Amino acid sequence: MSENTRASGQGRSVLDFVGAFWAWIFLLLLVMIFAIANPVFLSPFNLQNILANMAILTIIALGQTFVIISGGIDLSAGWVMGMVSVVAALTINTMPPGAPLWIVLTVALLIGAVAALIAGLVNGLLIARLNVPPFIATLGMFGIARGVAFLLSGGMPIPVRTEGLGRVGNGYLFYFHPTAGWSFLTPPVGLAQADMRQLMGVIPNAVIFMLILLFVAHIVLSRSRFGLHTYAVGGNKEAALRAGIPVSRTLIAVYMTSAMCAAFAGVLYGTRFTNGAANAGEALLLDSIAAVVIGGASLFGGAGSVIGTLIGALIIAVLSNGLVILNINPFWQFIAVGVVIIIAVLIDQARERLIRA
Amino acid sequence: MTATTELTSVNPAAQGQPIIRLTNVTKRFGGLTAVSDVSMEIYPGEVVALAGDNGAGKSTLIKMISGVYKPDEGHIYLADREITMASPMEARSLGIETIYQDLALCENLDATVNIFLGREPMKRMFGVFKQVDRRHMLTESKTVLDRLDITIPNLRRPIRQMSGGQRQAVAIARAVYWNAKLVIMDEPTAALGVPEQRKVHELVKTLKSQRVPVIIISHNLQDIFAVADRIIVMRRGQKVGDVMASEVDGDDLVGLMVGAGEA
Repeated sequence: MSENTRASGQGRSVLDFVGAFWAWIFLLLLVMIFAIANPVFLSPFNLQNILANMAILTIIALGQTFVIISGGIDLSAGWVMGMVSVVAALTINTMPPGAPLWIVLTVALLIGAVAALIAGLVNGLLIARLNVPPFIATLGMFGIARGVAFLLSGGMPIPVRTEGLGRVGNGYLFYFHPTAGWSFLTPPVGLAQADMRQLMGVIPNAVIFMLILLFVAHIVLSRSRFGLHTYAVGGNKEAALRAGIPVSRTLIAVYMTSAMCAAFAGVLYGTRFTNGAANAGEALLLDSIAAVVIGGASLFGGAGSVIGTLIGALIIAVLSNGLVILNINPFWQFIAVGVVIIIAVLIDQARERLIRA
Repeated sequence: MTATTELTSVNPAAQGQPIIRLTNVTKRFGGLTAVSDVSMEIYPGEVVALAGDNGAGKSTLIKMISGVYKPDEGHIYLADREITMASPMEARSLGIETIYQDLALCENLDATVNIFLGREPMKRMFGVFKQVDRRHMLTESKTVLDRLDITIPNLRRPIRQMSGGQRQAVAIARAVYWNAKLVIMDEPTAALGVPEQRKVHELVKTLKSQRVPVIIISHNLQDIFAVADRIIVMRRGQKVGDVMASEVDGDDLVGLMVGAGEA
């Protein structure tokens, strides 16, 4: 077969290249089109905005990446995220008013994580031990998390008024002001209202948070034994079992990873929008699956990567931002993302045929 | 049922201690006796073919050796020590490696990962995080493939992109790397073209030359006569023949398998 690959020559290697890197090429084309149509698109402010706005989606998609590589799907991730945002908001509101912000956030994250991990554990047990198909198990959890979130919140978003919370999610690592100079984490003090307009944030906190989780997920998936086992289980569950891989434990860990990512996303949502909303992640579920699939993962399992998911999330984020900047009705975004998903799957199938030919 | 008229011949390899010895092994599934009172020995460097028609009990017999089933009666000895295995993993840890017909490879992963699957070597990163040692897997894989005289151009390619013969070679390399005391191969050439069948025959001979005994389950008489020293024939759960391959021909074998010549 290797001889055949070489014999068919140049045309095929170009196809191979396009097949492997089409998402990068597509992202580059999108950026170029939007940049030419409106130079504002490429301004540092807008680029940072795109990255900060995609953080929540990317974090959910990271968990989804593990699940999809393992050959499953997590339909509950969006509502688990919403449930966590509600749990976190309720937790923060019960804390004493003077408590330091980092303690408030840590406690909110811990309690939110417990709620999410219970959901993830139940998903994992149903799928790994009771052989419930992932689609059904997580669809059940979709309903349960949704109900719990709405019951806890009473159907309304829960506002959080803790001082400084919004600056965590919406703030920047550095601030620059032409006269006051650079400052770290907080804007320079004593600026007049009029001067604030010249204040520039550099590197949004949400982006830092996203990058840390991207890095950790990448290392775990590509280097750890758990990551390797996730690929093995998704590639051939039977072979993984016979090789002595703890398949059930791996699957349970995969669904708990997804739930944990949903928890991070839920808490990040709380700090960005300073409230907890049951439906916070409703729209993100399909986008998270889209990001993973556009990133080269196969819904049959065994393939995918964190870098791919990042590219997928970037494509979705650039599309939605670019359409707004070009004054196109944002509802077109749904259509555009839908088309890109279908293209991604078609390209994947074509590559598969090429490889097997 | 008529009394078994077992055909036997003297086995010149039967010197010293057998690697594995089965005595009066029986396995029943409900009312069905899948394997009935079978005894056999396998000696170092022997290639033994297990022949028989469908439902003759070959697979059940093999699965008792590879730890999938527990015999209802009888004993299994590995190098003179009685073994009772609760799982295939336990059999593997004892050095009994089984290569199933479907090879049990993860096609999305490369050859090196497949050789080490479930037993990955780890190294520490930054002193804390344990990561899979891919470099070690690569060098060790090269060594074992060299030892078996297997050439696979790019070990980092996923199994999916390899030929049937290369896949079989990876499965064999995996068994051998873990110092198999006994390799069991289930229909190893069933899905292969003629040149690849030949490659598998060569691999079996390489194993033999390294004194690793091999049990081959096969329907294919060509397979059997190409590699086997000795042939054990099963019929309806019973052992009906234990003969040197050089002393019989295909007709004899088919006769034993289907029970021709029986009154």
